[in-house]
Amino acid sequence: MSAQNSGAMLKIDDLHATLVSDGTEILKGLSLEIGRGEVHAIMGPNGSGKSTLSKVLAGHPAYAVSGGTIGFDGRRIEELGPTERARAGLFLSFQDPIEVPGLGNLDFLRLALDSRREAEGRSPVSDAEFAELVDGAMSLLKMDDRYRTRDLNSGFSGGEKKRNEIFQMAVLKPKLAILDEPDSGLDIDALRVVAEGINSVRSPERSILLITHYQRLLSEVKPDAIHVLAHGRIVKSGGPELALELERSGYDWIEGA
Amino acid sequence: MPRPQENPKDGSSGSDALLGLSQEYKYGFRTEIEKESLPPGLSEETIRRASALRGEPDFLLDFRLKAFAKLQEMEPPSWGHLDRPEVDLQKIVYYSAPKKKQAHDSLESVDPELLETFEKLGIPLEEQKRLANVAVDAVFDSVSIYTSHKRKLMEQGILFCPISEAVREYPELVKEYLGSVVPIGDNYWAALNSAVFTDGSFVFVPPGIKCPMELSTYFRLNDREAGQFERTLIVAAEGASVSYLEGCTAPSYDSNQLHAAVVELVALDDADIKYSTVQNWFAGDRETGEGGVLNYVTKRALCRGRNSHVSWTQVETGSAITWKYPSCVLQGDGSRGEFYSVALTNGRMQADTGTKMVHVGKNTRSTIVSKGISADRSSNAYRGAVEVRRGAANARNYTQCDSMLAGPECSAHTFPYILSRNPTARLEHEASTSRLSEEQLFYLQSRGIDREAAIGAVVGGFCKDVFKELPGEFAAEARQLLAIKLEKSVG
Repeated sequence: MSAQNSGAMLKIDDLHATLVSDGTEILKGLSLEIGRGEVHAIMGPNGSGKSTLSKVLAGHPAYAVSGGTIGFDGRRIEELGPTERARAGLFLSFQDPIEVPGLGNLDFLRLALDSRREAEGRSPVSDAEFAELVDGAMSLLKMDDRYRTRDLNSGFSGGEKKRNEIFQMAVLKPKLAILDEPDSGLDIDALRVVAEGINSVRSPERSILLITHYQRLLSEVKPDAIHVLAHGRIVKSGGPELALELERSGYDWIEGA
Repeated sequence: MPRPQENPKDGSSGSDALLGLSQEYKYGFRTEIEKESLPPGLSEETIRRASALRGEPDFLLDFRLKAFAKLQEMEPPSWGHLDRPEVDLQKIVYYSAPKKKQAHDSLESVDPELLETFEKLGIPLEEQKRLANVAVDAVFDSVSIYTSHKRKLMEQGILFCPISEAVREYPELVKEYLGSVVPIGDNYWAALNSAVFTDGSFVFVPPGIKCPMELSTYFRLNDREAGQFERTLIVAAEGASVSYLEGCTAPSYDSNQLHAAVVELVALDDADIKYSTVQNWFAGDRETGEGGVLNYVTKRALCRGRNSHVSWTQVETGSAITWKYPSCVLQGDGSRGEFYSVALTNGRMQADTGTKMVHVGKNTRSTIVSKGISADRSSNAYRGAVEVRRGAANARNYTQCDSMLAGPECSAHTFPYILSRNPTARLEHEASTSRLSEEQLFYLQSRGIDREAAIGAVVGGFCKDVFKELPGEFAAEARQLLAIKLEKSVG
C-alpha cells in the first residue's frame, strides 16, 4: 500500500491497548494503514485481538490506549469518545448488536443521522429525504417492512441483526466502516445480500476494514489487502491471495497460535 | 463528558421547571420570606388554632379533630421495603404561611419574593407569560399563592381553586366528597394529613363539561421545619372530563422534610379523570443519603359511576423515600382504572411504590404498567395489589411490571398481590428485569449519538408505554429528566 500519509483514511501506528478492568494488554504494537477507497480485511485466529481492535478504534470505554496513535482522515482520534469518532465519520458494525426494546429501529436511525448532521452544522433530515434514504437501503438489502416498525434489534435473529447493521451503514454512509464479522451466522443467500450492501458503499472516498474468519465473504467483497492479526499485532500482510492461502493452511504457521 | 447545563426557561415553557431539568438538584435554593407560623408540635390545640387562623368552617374542624383522634391510635406503616427514619411529629411546624397570604385574585397582591421564586423555578404566573393551555395553581409551603385562568374556567362552571378557598366558597361540595375516598383513618399518614392538611387544589367539573385546558398544581416545599400536607380533591360529575398535572420541587436541606399528602379523585357516571404527577423533590445527599423529602402519599380514586374512567400517570424521580400507591376503587359497573408509573431511584434513594386496583363492579377493567429504574445504591420496589370482589363478574386486569438496573449496587424488588373472589375474573401479570449497560450506550454512541441522548433513548424506550400517557410536551421533558439523572450513574 502506497497511500501517502496525508491521504490515508486510517493510520494506526504502534498501537497498544489494555483492558481497563485488569490492565491486560491485548493490542501490542499494532500498525496498519488504509488508503481512501480501499478495503482491507483482517483475519486471524480466535483471541488474536480482532474484535478488540474494532472496539478500540470505535472508542469503547472498556479499553485504554496505552501507547501509539490512531490517525483517522488526517486527525488523531485516540483521545476522542465514541460519539465524536462516529461524528467524524467512523462506523462500527457490531459482531453481536445489542437490543433496545421500546426504541424504534427507524427512530434510532434517524436520531443517529440527525446527531451527525447536527455535528456538521446541518439541519435535521426532512421526512422525504429520510424516507428516500431508508427506502433505497432497504430495497438494496432486501429488507421487509417489519424492519420499519420493530424496535432496535429487539427479538431479531442473528442474521437479521447483521443485515440491520449493514442497513445502518448504508444510510449513515461513513467514511470508514469497520465491520466485525458481518458474515458470521449468515446463510449463503443472506451473505450475498450483506456483501452487496457492503459493496454498495464502496467508493473512492470511503474505506472499509473487514474482520472475518472466512474466505467466503472475501470472494464477494474483494479486498485490496489482507492482514493477519495474531498476539495483538499484524504478523503478515498481503493481497487477496493470502485469504486462500489461509483457508488452506490455517494459522498453525503462526508461532504459539 | 462536558454537557451544557439546562436552565429553566422563563417564558415559553413551564414544563422544564415543573420537571426540574438539571443534573445537579438546582431547585435546592431557599426563599427568605416573611412568614406567620405556629410553633412546632401537634396537639388538639394546634389544630384548633391553625383552623381558626385559616378561618375554616366548623365541619372541617370536626373532620380534623376526628382524624387527630384516629391518629393517636395509629402507628406509621412498616410493611414497605424501606429503611425509614423516625419522624417526630412534635418537631414539625403545622402552620407556616407567607405573611401576605390567601387566595390572590390578582398578582399585585402576591408577595414579590414569592413571584420571584416561582419565576426562578420557571413557573410563569404573570399573565403574559402563562402557559397557553395550562391553568396553574402555585402552592408554596402548602399555601396556594395564585391560581391562573380561574375566570375562564368559571365561565364553564369549572371550579379550580385552593382547597382552603373551596371549604369557604363551596362547603357543600367539599363536605360531600372530602374523605369519601380516603377515610380519615385509612392509614397513619392519611390520618395525619386529614388532621393538619394546609392547602392544595380543588377541582369540580360539572356534568357534561370537558375541561378545555390542563389543570396544573405546582408544589414548592420551602420551609425547613414545615411539613407539606397538601390535600387535593377532584370531582368529575356525570360525563365530565379533566386532565390534571402536578409537579414538585424542594430546597436541599440536610434534615428530612415530611410530605404527607392525600389526593382523592371521584368520577361519576361516564366521567373521565387523568391525573399526572412529575415528582422531583430533593432526594438527599447522593453519597450519604442525608436529608431529602420523605414522600408519604395516599392517592386514591373512586370510580363511582358506571363506565367512569381514571388514569394515574406518575414519574417519580426524587425524594429520599417514596411511599405511594395511587389506586382505583372500581365501583361502577364497566368502570376502568389505569396506572402508569416510572419510578427512578439513584444515590441512596428508596422507593416503595405501586398501585391497588379494587374491582367491585361488573365488567370492570384495570391496567397497570410499572417501570422501575434503579441506579447507584438505591432501592426500588414495586408493590401492587389487584383485588377482585365477589360481585365483580368479568373483571379484567393486565399488569406489566419491568425493572431496569443501572450499576451493580442497586436493587429492584417486585411485590405483586393478587386476590380474586370471582371465578370469571381474568388477570394477567408480566414482569421483567433488564440492565442499562455500558454496551447499550456504546452502541448508540458509536452511531454518533451523544451520551445523554443515548441514555434518554434507551430509558425512553424502556418507559415508552408510560411516557405516551403524559400530556403534551411533558413526555419529551420527562425522558430528558431521566437521562440527566442517570448520566452520572451509568458506568
